[in-house]
Amino acid sequence: MKSFVFPEFQITRDEEKCGQCRGCERQCSFGTHTYDPAADRLISDDYKCAGCQRCVVFCPKNAIVVRPTPSFYRPNASWSREKLDDLKKQAETGGVILTGCGCDKPFRIYWDHIVLNAAQVTNPSIDPLREPMELRTFLGAKPDMMDISAKDGDVEIKTKLSPNLVVQTPILFSAMSYGAISYNAFRSLATAACKLGTYFNTGEGGLPREMREEFGRCAIVQVASGRFGIDAEYLNCGQAVEIKVGQGAKPGIGGHLPGEKVSLAVAETRMIPAGTDAISPAPHHDIYSIEDLSMLIYALKEATNYEKPISVKIAAVHNFAAIASGIVRAGADIIAIDGLRGGTGAAPKVIRDNVGIPIELAISSLDRRLRNEGIRNRCSIIAAGGIRCSSDVIKAIALGADAVYIGSAALIAMGCTLCQKCYTGKCNWGICTQDPRLSGRLNVEIASQRLSNLIFAWSHEISEMLGGMGINALESLRGNRDHLRGVGLYEWELDVLGIKGAGE
Amino acid sequence: MEFKIIMPRIRRELYNREICACSIFGAMNQDGERFTGAGVMLAIANMRVRGNGLGGGFAAYGIYPDYKDYYAFHLMFTGKGPQAKRSAKKELDAFLCRNFDVVYDEEIPHGDETSVSDPPLVWRYFVLPKKQGEDSLLSDEDYIVGKIMWVNTRIENAYVFSSGKNMGCFKGVGYPEEIGEYFMLDKLYKAYTWTVHGRFPTNTQAWWGGAHPFSLLDTTIVHNGEISSYGTNRWYLEMYGYACTLQTDTEVIAYAADLLMRRQKLPIEIVAKILAPPIWNAIDRMNEKEKKLLTTLRMVYAPLLMNGPFAVIIGQTGRMIGLTDRIRLRPITAATRGEMFYLSSEEASIRLISPQFDRVWTPNGGEPVVCELNSMRKVLQ
Repeated sequence: MKSFVFPEFQITRDEEKCGQCRGCERQCSFGTHTYDPAADRLISDDYKCAGCQRCVVFCPKNAIVVRPTPSFYRPNASWSREKLDDLKKQAETGGVILTGCGCDKPFRIYWDHIVLNAAQVTNPSIDPLREPMELRTFLGAKPDMMDISAKDGDVEIKTKLSPNLVVQTPILFSAMSYGAISYNAFRSLATAACKLGTYFNTGEGGLPREMREEFGRCAIVQVASGRFGIDAEYLNCGQAVEIKVGQGAKPGIGGHLPGEKVSLAVAETRMIPAGTDAISPAPHHDIYSIEDLSMLIYALKEATNYEKPISVKIAAVHNFAAIASGIVRAGADIIAIDGLRGGTGAAPKVIRDNVGIPIELAISSLDRRLRNEGIRNRCSIIAAGGIRCSSDVIKAIALGADAVYIGSAALIAMGCTLCQKCYTGKCNWGICTQDPRLSGRLNVEIASQRLSNLIFAWSHEISEMLGGMGINALESLRGNRDHLRGVGLYEWELDVLGIKGAGE
Repeated sequence: MEFKIIMPRIRRELYNREICACSIFGAMNQDGERFTGAGVMLAIANMRVRGNGLGGGFAAYGIYPDYKDYYAFHLMFTGKGPQAKRSAKKELDAFLCRNFDVVYDEEIPHGDETSVSDPPLVWRYFVLPKKQGEDSLLSDEDYIVGKIMWVNTRIENAYVFSSGKNMGCFKGVGYPEEIGEYFMLDKLYKAYTWTVHGRFPTNTQAWWGGAHPFSLLDTTIVHNGEISSYGTNRWYLEMYGYACTLQTDTEVIAYAADLLMRRQKLPIEIVAKILAPPIWNAIDRMNEKEKKLLTTLRMVYAPLLMNGPFAVIIGQTGRMIGLTDRIRLRPITAATRGEMFYLSSEEASIRLISPQFDRVWTPNGGEPVVCELNSMRKVLQ
């Protein structure tokens, strides 16, 4: 059947500059560029281009430009080009439209409508280059009070403390499984996390055996509905265990790693036969209620000898705050919430773009809910989904998060351009692929350096903003909405965020 | 049949927080000998430039020996005109009669009303709790704190601003020495501890309730500084039932002190490490035991860290404590002379009333200076 969808991108090649080196042909896994020996020139097929810009960056002569195609349908506010194209694709295939990365629709980005405070006169701002600026954060349950016995200056702590994760900066790498992303990308995240004194999350695909000893100390191991790669050693090698209930990009549905991506190594890690589809069911089939979740939480606490905090990750949906409060009462030490713009390796587009709520609103309502119930100190909140820069991090913390997870931002640091073709397994940047030819393009040393540079830079910026507000410890900003003001927001939005409008 | 469905929306808090710089002064006789407020009024007047006449106040310990077993409530009835004040008092009187046994009450004696701006009706009650029903399970203190929070949030124009035994706060709008004269502190009262505050608020809408000291039961706070962590401290304290109603950041210190010292029974040395903890670099270099203690304190009580510049004098029965923020952005000087112990924003003020010192020093940031009575017996008798 002839497809009626025209290309998304237009490739132009400056023939004067092109040296026919065929680099672009080798770089593109989608087969966009081919060499015509008869004419001694390269031909590009716009239909195949994903717009990932790999060929543009790696062309030694800087001869290629890839831009959105200028062709258009008759402009129509209701029937956008995307709507038409998707409809045609479905008419041609009868399938569900898949996509990758986070929601790209123009829902309001609240980060961009919130401004920060700074100290003037009555309160000196603090220079982080001269004064200590503390970002160290503890993630886990805290007791309501400490019982202390003091005898001749010797102080003994009598309260039994819950295990906590210590992070040197409130930024953790979000769950991205080995299998969805390449071994090199996975290892880069682990390497950077260890170097930075923070944590990476293994995702639902297990932790390769040879990485456990070296990287276990900076790993949060995940248990998802597929239960891939889980054994006692796996649970105990990490510093925390996370039960994944939902994901911001696809709340309410499971995961599907196609058999083509299940290489021998992935199969061994996931403990499934090579080449078979790895399917995570939509619900955990042993969790149909909150009491079932509680049983799993305590089963994991038993398995890890009550030495590790247990996190529960849920997608931010309409009634999630009440659910999260139940999760805290069910025994979770950390609640990870993933917002509307959270990323994914593969999700039905209709789910990604229409289900869930923005993380900014979610953080605020969860924090308030837990405070009102007097249980805010019984858990930590990690916010995920749409954190793009250091100011997003600091705003998330002022709205009530303890720390943030970054996923897309970390991938972008390694080279990702958000082309949204992750589900094809043909990632030209070597991130979201199991093809050894492609994943070999990602150098672990360089990628982990780029990641640690990013976190270092963000931490520095956070210190600058904190110092500007006259605060020298991050904990004094947590839930401190006094330092935020909204610009261009409706009253109800300010109410949900719990912040004043600018000038109020 | 018709149904009306109402979906309540939680309104965001639009509280206003006043910011101020200030002078603070404290004097204590460690033997428990009581003295009048004349000296501290002289000392605080010497720091007149640190205030702007928009607030001054005193806390005095040991002033009600005849009623030492009763809780002394100082009430402020505000509102425009005597009618509004009296109606607030009527409502409060009814509430007090239901929940307390009032053994004596009177208007707090004061001087000429024209000498100060817009004074409220200030009244004192000596009471004992009358616990009924479920409340009888509470301790006296918890019962009283609950009732005070109720008055301050529910009864319009009535504020309990002092509630301890054998102690009292006096405060208002004006320079502290003017407030002292208005309440005749140099003539009518003798205390073994006096703490004083002169205020420089940036907000000109000063009101009598917003002046320092802030107090809860017998804990009083005079504070110079701004608490940048106010929002964080506030939500944590609200979880424990403290309503922050006085539109100022200082009350969070009073409530934190009450929560940690009275309810959780932590010693002052530990409390100081919670409010103004050492930096991580220092903690990481300590021996294992200290490191574990301080790390745990910072982990558990992170929301009570008081960030931003401050110097405070905390008064309690038989005790006076000075504390600055952990990088000492606001001044405090301590001095001793015989059995007298002084804390002040400026050394000159102490020298004015005690030209000779046995010892004078500037405490380190985050390091509490604690002065306690040599013997509690004198106070209790």
